[in-house]
Amino acid sequence: MSQHNPALLILTALPLVGALAVFSLREAQAKLAKQLSLAVSLAVLVYTMVVLFSFDTKGDRFQFVGSWTWIKAFGVHLAFGVDGIALVLTAMAVLLVPAVILASWNALDSRAGSEEAATASGRRRSVKNYFGLILLLEFFMIGVFTAMDVFLFYVFFEAMLVPMYFIIGSFGGPRRQYAAMKFFLYSLVGGLLMLASVIGLYVTSSVKTFSISELIAHPMPDNTTQKWLFLGFFIAFAIKAPLVPFHTWLPDAGAEAPAGGAALLVGVLDKVGTFGFLRYCLPLFPDASRYFATPVLILSVIGILYAAFLAIGQRDMKRLVAYTSVAHFGFIGLGIFAFTTQGGTGAVLYMVNHGFSTGALFIVVGLLIARGKSRNVDDYGGAAKVTPILSGMFLLAGLSALALPGMSTFVSEFLVLVGTFTRHKGLAVLATTGIILAAIYVLYLYKRTFQGPVTEKVTRFHDLNAREVFAVAPLIALIVFLGVYPKPVLDVINPAVKQTLVNVHKSDPTPKYGTAAGGTK
Amino acid sequence: MSALVSVAAAAPVPTITTPSVAYLALLPIFIVLGAALVGVLVEAVVPRTERFAVQVGVTLTALVAAAISTGALHNKTLTTPSPRGSDPFFRGSLAVDKAGLFIQGTILVLAVMAALLLAERSVDVGSPIVASSATVVGSPEDKRLAASGRVQTEVFPLMLFAVAGMLIFPISNNLLLMFVALEVLSLPLYLMAGMSRRRRLLSQEAAVKYFLLGAFASAFFLYGIALLYGYANSVDLHDIFIAANTSTKSDVLLYVGLALLLVGLLFKAGIAPFHSWTPDVYQGSPTPVTAFMAACTKVAAFGAILRVLYVGFSSTSHDWRPIVWAAAIASMVVGAIFGLTQTDIKRILAYSSIAHAGFILVGFLASTADGTPNKDGIQSVLFYLLTYGFTTLAAFGLLMVVRDADGEATHLSQWSGLARKSPVVAAVMTVLLLSMAGIPLTSGFIGKFIVFKAAWHSAGPLVVIALVTSAVAAFFYLRIVVMMYFAEPPEHGPTIAIPGWSTTIALTFGTVVTIALGVFPQPIVDLAGKAAHLTT
Repeated sequence: MSQHNPALLILTALPLVGALAVFSLREAQAKLAKQLSLAVSLAVLVYTMVVLFSFDTKGDRFQFVGSWTWIKAFGVHLAFGVDGIALVLTAMAVLLVPAVILASWNALDSRAGSEEAATASGRRRSVKNYFGLILLLEFFMIGVFTAMDVFLFYVFFEAMLVPMYFIIGSFGGPRRQYAAMKFFLYSLVGGLLMLASVIGLYVTSSVKTFSISELIAHPMPDNTTQKWLFLGFFIAFAIKAPLVPFHTWLPDAGAEAPAGGAALLVGVLDKVGTFGFLRYCLPLFPDASRYFATPVLILSVIGILYAAFLAIGQRDMKRLVAYTSVAHFGFIGLGIFAFTTQGGTGAVLYMVNHGFSTGALFIVVGLLIARGKSRNVDDYGGAAKVTPILSGMFLLAGLSALALPGMSTFVSEFLVLVGTFTRHKGLAVLATTGIILAAIYVLYLYKRTFQGPVTEKVTRFHDLNAREVFAVAPLIALIVFLGVYPKPVLDVINPAVKQTLVNVHKSDPTPKYGTAAGGTK
Repeated sequence: MSALVSVAAAAPVPTITTPSVAYLALLPIFIVLGAALVGVLVEAVVPRTERFAVQVGVTLTALVAAAISTGALHNKTLTTPSPRGSDPFFRGSLAVDKAGLFIQGTILVLAVMAALLLAERSVDVGSPIVASSATVVGSPEDKRLAASGRVQTEVFPLMLFAVAGMLIFPISNNLLLMFVALEVLSLPLYLMAGMSRRRRLLSQEAAVKYFLLGAFASAFFLYGIALLYGYANSVDLHDIFIAANTSTKSDVLLYVGLALLLVGLLFKAGIAPFHSWTPDVYQGSPTPVTAFMAACTKVAAFGAILRVLYVGFSSTSHDWRPIVWAAAIASMVVGAIFGLTQTDIKRILAYSSIAHAGFILVGFLASTADGTPNKDGIQSVLFYLLTYGFTTLAAFGLLMVVRDADGEATHLSQWSGLARKSPVVAAVMTVLLLSMAGIPLTSGFIGKFIVFKAAWHSAGPLVVIALVTSAVAAFFYLRIVVMMYFAEPPEHGPTIAIPGWSTTIALTFGTVVTIALGVFPQPIVDLAGKAAHLTT
């Protein structure tokens, strides 16, 4: 590890510098704070695109590797590097951030943009802190995806809680204290279990290092210790993902967080959990991963069905979207632990798509709530006639959530199901019913809010303005584009997924009836 | 010193031969003791108006000088009086070694910060210290004095005496000397606990409680020494170590003696089940004194525990490890669970310190596994003590600036919406609390990491319990953060006093160290690693 490529270090540091600059502004400079945050997030986006397009899909697994000694006594390095999986997730995260910033532009300091009706006490909220926290969160998000050192990853993983905690707690809905505390404690418990495993990994490994590439090269012997260490990592990621039965914090956090924060929470933060499965659980503990695969697959399928049923029954729109995410995470878990190339690739693509799709859905729901000042579905109706653009965006985001063919989510869901089917037929069949349930919760929600007779309240709604369209439209465009032509992304993801499966000592089963449909052959 | 002379005089040898003492190696102790005596003289000769400034000057100069001389000694490893000196009874009773010097250095730096907190004069009329502790509470005289700027400046020499005791305590290789040091450090603390300017009855109650319980603990300690003397014919740790390996006497004396000794030591370190004084005393004492006790006393007590068990009883570690295991578990659990039910921030921090003591014991157990010295374990204890000390001291210090008409506003509900009033105070407190909860990029995380790493092999189950209790403890740290940031400020909430220069320096330093050790811990980790060596 003597490479010193600073590309990713700069990328990680960029939002941190931006965050510090925004925090150092005065409270009165709210407008400047917004503009600065947007500029920084766009700069990060452009920079990431440059990195993305200079990634060599036929090159080494980990590229742009840069490593500097951080804490010599523990053998900890400031090591950055990306493989295909990390790269597309980073790109997804940095794309979502400007969208969120645009969408929350007026969410705090104008009556029209706020999600809550103005109260007598008039809670004053710090605009610059909100945007500063979002940039700080972006710093941790990029760090967590690009870290190539387990210790460094852990630091980002845990520290990421703090800005999100403040975003929920300071800027959230009426039950924000409860939701923020629940979010933090759930994640912290998972994080501490992972800390035990991180230490255990270091102490018991033969190479005494935190470097991921070296740890992958020297896998641990198959024994009970490996299983325990796997569980430490797994539970932390399962809470983060969240996988049923560790999911109960997400509906609360997702519902109480401001819509922009919720989009980042569900769109990006939760991907860290599934990313962790792929990057840490599988390659570092291959034998334990195979040992625990079946229970994880079963939990995933339970999650798909159970969360979908709960989503159908929700009246709180944000809670509903949060539950749909739990169901989607079931699909991702299924794809990862099926140990097939299609499944793995599908799962990674699913993570990216889900970031865009749920991000867009949360943003659109937030815009609707800002107009109606209520999260309750029953307060709306017939809005399509009054706000056609909002309605269209809502429908497109919703259709992407139910994986309509032509949307990128369809490609990933299909890949996951095919990948699962080649190994676990029964589970794949059960999971497929989740698609029907998804259609129910999305269309039912759309019907209750945008169709039907126009309620009196809705007649006063304004349609989306240009800024709001700019926040959502690129996400929708990407979803459609990747739905029609997913190849560029799949090309980036595929080698890394194959490599991961080699680490787990699993190869695709030989197809009995011709070749299974795959992304790229 | 006087105890030393009197025992020597009682010996049957008619002529007194003076032991050869390595005075230079004890320089930090002499500086602090000397300054304490100067402080007493200052009380006698300097006019009242000048006294405060002079005392602060003497105290700070002495502590800084002592800290510098400790730094200059860093390579010294010796025992004094000289190994086989002319006085067989006290030979080698003080061990100046790397671990000892590290602990002394930590105590001195923390004491400088505590002295800076004691020198605070801006937040309250006079100082957080009472004008005259002998005045009857509530009497007209008391009311008159409370409104005046008068301060009981004896607190400074008292603090210096306590620091001197703390410096001797962890380097004593001789149990009798250790007992003397224990008393020298404890007696001034009993007095200081009762010197609060506000809520004087609570403060005096704390002092009496601390004194009575402390006296009991000291008696246990002394009884333990007597039994051990009966076993080993010596109170020297090295002799006890040899006797434990070779003696043919019944081991009952050894074990009972050690158990009683441990009672005294665990009491001073505030470890469950001998922790019950901690919340009351921490709450009642003047806040700078609480900060001083929570940081310095704990460091000194752990230094002593390390020395006694490591030097004197490492060969019998199989017999006492279960007891220390139990104490570690009890401490972590009691600290975390009881902390949940508290509504006073001072008491929350007190329970937090009990839980932290449990974490330190986990590292300590790593250092004594299998009777063989484990450098990683000692290193982790030393590092954790340092990080804990800075964070705790700053956290208690910060309580001084949030005030209402009755003095400090330490009830949890009074802190609601504090971030609105003073973003800086809230942000600093948040950093300190996150450090105590062990969130990365703060010193608390590195401390926990290093302790758990050291203890993984020898005390694995303890690491798991420690992780669980840290998650529980995180709840009450977060509760304070929730109050400060997410709750609405009350109608007649407390005000934020602007602290004076000395408090500002101490708080800034503590916070900066807390962050710096979380981001760049390398130098101090190395230092603790080099210092992980005790002369046996």
